[in-house]
Amino acid sequence: MSTPRFTEEQVQRYARHIILPNIGGAGQRKLLDASVLVIGAGGLGSPIAMYLAAAGIGKLGVVDFDRVDVSNLQRQILHTDGDVGRAKVESAVEHLRAINPTIEVVGHDTLLFSTNVYDVFEGYDVIVDGTDNFPVRYLVNDATQFMGKPLVYGSIYQFEGQATVFMPGQETPCYRCLFPSPPPPGTVPSCAEGGVFGVLPGVIGSIQATEAIKLISGEGETLEGRLLLYDALHMDFQEVKIRWDADCPVCGKEPTITELIDYEQFCGVPARPE
Amino acid sequence: MAVTVKLPTILRKHANNEAKVSAEGATLNEVLKDLESRYPGITKNVIAEDGGLHRFINVYLNDEDVRYLGSLETEITEGDTVSILPAVAGG
Repeated sequence: MSTPRFTEEQVQRYARHIILPNIGGAGQRKLLDASVLVIGAGGLGSPIAMYLAAAGIGKLGVVDFDRVDVSNLQRQILHTDGDVGRAKVESAVEHLRAINPTIEVVGHDTLLFSTNVYDVFEGYDVIVDGTDNFPVRYLVNDATQFMGKPLVYGSIYQFEGQATVFMPGQETPCYRCLFPSPPPPGTVPSCAEGGVFGVLPGVIGSIQATEAIKLISGEGETLEGRLLLYDALHMDFQEVKIRWDADCPVCGKEPTITELIDYEQFCGVPARPE
Repeated sequence: MAVTVKLPTILRKHANNEAKVSAEGATLNEVLKDLESRYPGITKNVIAEDGGLHRFINVYLNDEDVRYLGSLETEITEGDTVSILPAVAGG
């Protein structure tokens, strides 16, 4: 292994990582050489992107198409009161650069569709999903599987959150091994309908940032094959197994889905990657 | 067999907003039927019209997806925990 080389500024900025067992200079070098794309600059995307910027991810991308609304500020801590009305990506890039001006921060001000997802994902090592709707979640799962990229998954509803890591390829589960297809309209309420406990995405997003850093550093044990369930109201953490499904339509033995799908919007949720 | 059933937020409205309830049965099917008798409507989105389990709401016996056990015929042991887990998309 080559000796990690840091600038004097980097040695100071990342000192607490560099002296940390299991990260060290070699781990910090991997973070600086890595690229991570965060989907959504909303509740989950805020802590994910802020911690990854602070950790020194060399190239940090953020995708969103939305504008900052005052009702976002109760949980989307990447944005401030003065950002209301601005494009989320613009606000996110500015605040992430303020946290760490020494990394490359890239904004993608767009909705994700089958037609652009490959272009946006290209050039990133790890994808972290902080979107807020089923069509984009399935699109992101399928695209990461087809492109061979690891996906750090997290989602929230009211007081409850879920997080895991999906690795590409057979023998390891993907989101469709867990839930093969989106729920029918009306069976699952949307986030906006149900409200969301403001600090909840802080917990789940921080767990996602943790997993992204571990995937890059190669240290520790990720949530691959385990779905972490969190109930903030009862402060209950639970884990269930996620098995690779040989009949999975995307990563099973005989895949039936081999192209990206743009699902119709449903559950009363418009296409809002947040 | 008495088991604890952990309910997701979306189903708690059927059960006086409780997160955990008790139910009885020797198989998962019996447990879910008992649950439905105590809290009418609670299994509407868990069990499909054909009598099988829906694929957008998973059911776990302890930490294992019941699809990899015996689905609705999965045998229950006293003290087990059944968790009902819907797909969630918020962010």
